[in-house]
Amino acid sequence: MNRQKMYLKIVFSSLLRRRSRMLVALLAVAIGATVFLGMGAIYYDIPRQMGREFRTYGANLILVPSGTDSRMRLEDAVRAEALVPPDKLVGATPFRYETMHYNMRGLTVAGADLASARKTSPYWRVQGEWPEEENQVLLGRDISENARIYAGASIELEIAPAGGRRFKREFKVSGIVSSGGAQDGFVLMPLRTLEALLGSPGRAAVVEMSVAGDSAELALLAEKIRAEVPGVTPRLVKRIMTSEAAVLGKLRVLVYLVTAIVLGLIMICVGTTMMTVVAERRKEIGLKKAIGAGNWNIIGEFLGEGLILAGIGGLLGVGSGYFFARTVSMSVFGRGVALPVFLVLLTLLASLAVTVLASLPPVAGAADVEPSVVLRGE
Amino acid sequence: MKNILELHDVSMIYGPVKALQNVDLNIREGEWVAVMGSSGSGKTTMMNIAGCMDKATQGTVILDGEKVSRLSAKDLTAIRRDKIGLIFQQFHLISYLTAVENVMIAQYYHSMADENEALSALERVGLGQRAGHLPRQLSGGEQQRLCIARALVNHPKLILADEPTGNLDQANQDTVMDIFRQLHEQGSTIIVVTHAPEVASHARRIVHLDFGRIVRDVLNTDGSAAKDSVTGAISL
Ligand SMILES: Nc1ncnc2c1ncn2[C@@H]1O[C@H](COP(=O)(O)OP(=O)(O)OP(=O)(O)O)[C@@H](O)[C@H]1O
Ligand SMILES: [Mg+2]
Repeated sequence: MNRQKMYLKIVFSSLLRRRSRMLVALLAVAIGATVFLGMGAIYYDIPRQMGREFRTYGANLILVPSGTDSRMRLEDAVRAEALVPPDKLVGATPFRYETMHYNMRGLTVAGADLASARKTSPYWRVQGEWPEEENQVLLGRDISENARIYAGASIELEIAPAGGRRFKREFKVSGIVSSGGAQDGFVLMPLRTLEALLGSPGRAAVVEMSVAGDSAELALLAEKIRAEVPGVTPRLVKRIMTSEAAVLGKLRVLVYLVTAIVLGLIMICVGTTMMTVVAERRKEIGLKKAIGAGNWNIIGEFLGEGLILAGIGGLLGVGSGYFFARTVSMSVFGRGVALPVFLVLLTLLASLAVTVLASLPPVAGAADVEPSVVLRGE
Repeated sequence: MKNILELHDVSMIYGPVKALQNVDLNIREGEWVAVMGSSGSGKTTMMNIAGCMDKATQGTVILDGEKVSRLSAKDLTAIRRDKIGLIFQQFHLISYLTAVENVMIAQYYHSMADENEALSALERVGLGQRAGHLPRQLSGGEQQRLCIARALVNHPKLILADEPTGNLDQANQDTVMDIFRQLHEQGSTIIVVTHAPEVASHARRIVHLDFGRIVRDVLNTDGSAAKDSVTGAISL
């Protein structure tokens, strides 16, 4: 029988035939690996997940017409949108602004793809209903209050198309929108309706885009749009991006901290287990040395046991850690997490490293056991 | 016959305790020596020194022509591995290895684990049928025989047994003594520490320790010196 085979036989027999003590260490490593992988998976996914969460705060990338144009062509906007990976694009809403009159006073009318606006501006509050028919509009809260027109009522707007005759049209107010922003002073109607009334379709003044991703990704995306779609100019909404980055940064620190603490606890647990094991097995160590084992034999056998434990514990931890991360992610973000291969390897590596590190002092102590202990009844 | 073990003026001092004092002892190749003495007289201490498991505080130890008293721990490990076979009162078998594996681990540390050779060592002590059993599945006598098989498997120059029959009943003691007799007849050198005059009576020479000194060293060719040596020591 060759040396490796005998070595493995010694190490595995020791683990398999005297399970109980090492089970504690195994459990510790498994729990540590669970937390490590779980945290790692969530950490890896947080930017992605949180990025989507943050998208409730509105658009973070805005397309405006290039140069001195006041409008861009919607085809250009669509080409720009196509540059965003589909799984990252939360929504893109074109807006066209026109002026109409109500009671001789000018009002800004925004034509938009309202279904898409609900995605890019999820923070808008609508009292009543979103428009579902061509002649329905949303009224900004300020207008509603000033003119005392509420959801369910009608509003008659005077329209002056370029180079055409003025005419009046009555709209049903399906709801009152409040956003805390400019929309509070607008009338919002489907873009299609606005185009039908005023002509020159396929144009927009701005396109508000909501894209999941960190600031670096967004900057890259903006660069790409600038280069490939000359008709539009991308602008990043800095304020939202910086607050996203700040929150993510804090979460990262939290993850680091928890991981470090858990790794520390695992080291203590594995270290003390190893210490107990070595103390319990002093006689066995002495015997092995008495019959000719060198220090490296002893060290190798204990480390071998430790490494096998760490490997098994690490694998168990990868399994339960993934389950843990998935459960957390499901309940917090409503979707699963990715399990990148490097994270699995990193978890196994960390299990092994922590076990070896924690085992070194007790195992070095094991090598110091004198062979004479076997003849002395302790 | 040449000396396999020589102790020259060996002392072992543990703080205030002089476990061995100026011991001189020569053991020739092929001898079967019993070491007797009351508890605390230094028998185990002497075995530890002879077996290269401890270094004497003072004096010279020569094992198989090599001066071992000043060797490093690492070199002593090599000497133990190559030249010494150890048999213990408490057997000291490795609980998680089977009988044959307990023998093979000694081969493994020595050179190369060889299952067939290990099995034939088990046969020699009558454990051929128990190769796959764990120590806890063996009786005390069987465990001691396993311990002997392990001690023999690397063909040691010197077999050291500290109270090998201390935990055994009469029948098992007889079995062990039979094995020793065979080993002796095959030319092995054996040193047995024992309290039992009957065990000592099988040896061909009896050394008596008291308070760390050799107080008596007699030949026992006819098996009658054991009793004398006990009484002799007490009368000193
Ligand atoms: N490591 C040690 N530290 C201190 N004193 C020791 C140590 N080992 C042995 N002694 C002392 O040395 C003396 C001789 O001990 P030793 O074990 O050699 O006796 P022994 O003859 O084998 O006795 P027994 O028949 O009871 O086994 C005893 O007084 C013992 O207490
Ligand atoms: Mg003793």
